[in-house]
Amino acid sequence: MLGSGNAAAIAPTHVDAPLPPLKAEARDLHFHYGKFQALKGVEMPVYENKVTALIGPSGCGKSTLLRCFNRMHDLYPGNRYDGQIILHPDNTNLLADDVDPIEVRMRVSMVFQKPNPFPKSIYENVAYGLRVRGMKGKNALDEKVEESLKNAALWDEVKNRLNEVGSNLSGGQQQRLCIARALATDPEIMLFDEPTSALDPIATASIEELVTELKRKVTILIVTHNMQQAARVSDYTAYMYLGELVEFGQTDHLFFKPKKKETEDYITGRFG
Amino acid sequence: MAANAPESTSTVAPAVRGTTGDIRRLIAKAKRWDVIFIVLGILALGVGFLTFLALFVDMLIDGWERLRPEFFTQFPSRRASQAGILSAWVGTTLVMIVTAVVAVPLGVAAGIYLEEYAPKNWVTDVIEINITNLAGVPSIVYGLLALGLFVYAFGLGQSVQTAGLTLALLILPIVIVSTREAIRAIPAMIREGAYAVGATRWQTVKDHIVPYSMPGILTGVIIGLSRAIGETAPIITIGALTFIAFLPPSPVTADFPFLSFEWLQAPFTVMPIQMFNWTSRPDEAFHANAAAAGAILVFMTLTMNGFAIWLRYRLRKNIKW
Repeated sequence: MLGSGNAAAIAPTHVDAPLPPLKAEARDLHFHYGKFQALKGVEMPVYENKVTALIGPSGCGKSTLLRCFNRMHDLYPGNRYDGQIILHPDNTNLLADDVDPIEVRMRVSMVFQKPNPFPKSIYENVAYGLRVRGMKGKNALDEKVEESLKNAALWDEVKNRLNEVGSNLSGGQQQRLCIARALATDPEIMLFDEPTSALDPIATASIEELVTELKRKVTILIVTHNMQQAARVSDYTAYMYLGELVEFGQTDHLFFKPKKKETEDYITGRFG
Repeated sequence: MAANAPESTSTVAPAVRGTTGDIRRLIAKAKRWDVIFIVLGILALGVGFLTFLALFVDMLIDGWERLRPEFFTQFPSRRASQAGILSAWVGTTLVMIVTAVVAVPLGVAAGIYLEEYAPKNWVTDVIEINITNLAGVPSIVYGLLALGLFVYAFGLGQSVQTAGLTLALLILPIVIVSTREAIRAIPAMIREGAYAVGATRWQTVKDHIVPYSMPGILTGVIIGLSRAIGETAPIITIGALTFIAFLPPSPVTADFPFLSFEWLQAPFTVMPIQMFNWTSRPDEAFHANAAAAGAILVFMTLTMNGFAIWLRYRLRKNIKW
């Protein structure tokens, strides 16, 4: 690699449009699962109200990077972060020891690979984040739940059965319920960890459409295995390999005129 | 990859595929083990079930004439025909209440702590191994411990509270282990989902972990209690009476504050001890009483287990991942 790997990724390698404001950035981010180093000096900007996709072969560290943004790794012993993730505009380092991971998760919400609604009613699923934030009063909750379900394009399908158990919904509906849950708390960034890998093509299309809609309200970071999906939904794409960020750029540039040979090989399907 | 055709055909292994008849014979042969296993399984089940049924029916026949309403409302007596199990079933009920009130919160809390809060290191490993081992300690050992600790050291007397505490100790490992197993059955992604919206550990435990593991916990609790209800050795060790012709004071009183806990200090007897007492009498007539009491005890245990199954079914209906 001739020692070029990290330096090139510091700034977007090819951007023609004027840069949007930064919402967050990873600075020299290293991550260890015990002795295994999963991220090696990742430098990556996350632009406000844009969709940034993380792509790369299995085990490249894209999910690991995503889960740094809401400190999910803190739930398990033996994990270690080095470096910073700066959240703008207040310049908070999300990884700092004195920043409570719960505070981070209140600002950065997440949608998981497999739909994981709580075995509670549809209403309670969406309201849970609000209840955790101490929100009381039926009217306020009702309003917020309805708004979130509408924004997740699920309201019309569930408005007459809000008290039914969330797990009775179809897979795609469950995932939209999880999006509503993550949306209800007005997060600044939403993380999507391969949100459609357990869904059929029609449900996948509706989630993708939703992601494109949501970026007007919130900054989105999405991990995907599916390169067409990255091309369809994202504005920026980061290609990762073996824990390093190989290339970052505007999605159309990265897909059509990749700067690096490795990126091109992966995108054209020569490996991965 | 560029091997040419003649070379590659020369290295091909002989064909495995046989005629249709060969395949069918092979499948039939392989399936023989399914049949053998099913037959063995049914036999094993049948032996267990028939043995239990024979014992239970025999007990019912022996005790049938004594299974009358008066049997439940009479104290033990020197005359077999007038003896009843009033003090025994009241004693068993009270002891079970104490056992449940002590063992359930303690065991569930310990299980939650070990699963959700305790750091995973060698100390927790040692604790875990010890809890599993405690479940296998003979109950008489708990009786001796209780005699020394509760009766003499703490001066709790040979009373309902001592018996309840002893049996609580006995079933604590069962409650802890089943709580931990129920918690472990909750998928990591559900737990992560709760943390991801910003819940604290306590909020996650209170709103998710406990409700979702409740079916498993309750099953463990009831299995523990149905073990405790039949325990005799530790209760004899701490000095339960075998002949008692009065009831503990009522927990509800006529005067303020309308509740009394004097019953905790009362002497008592329990069903298995009453049975044991009657079987050891030389007079044959008492053996019918013992059989009747035995049938009732089995019935109590079966009812508790049935309740556990029903409860688990009800609670699990709405819990799907």
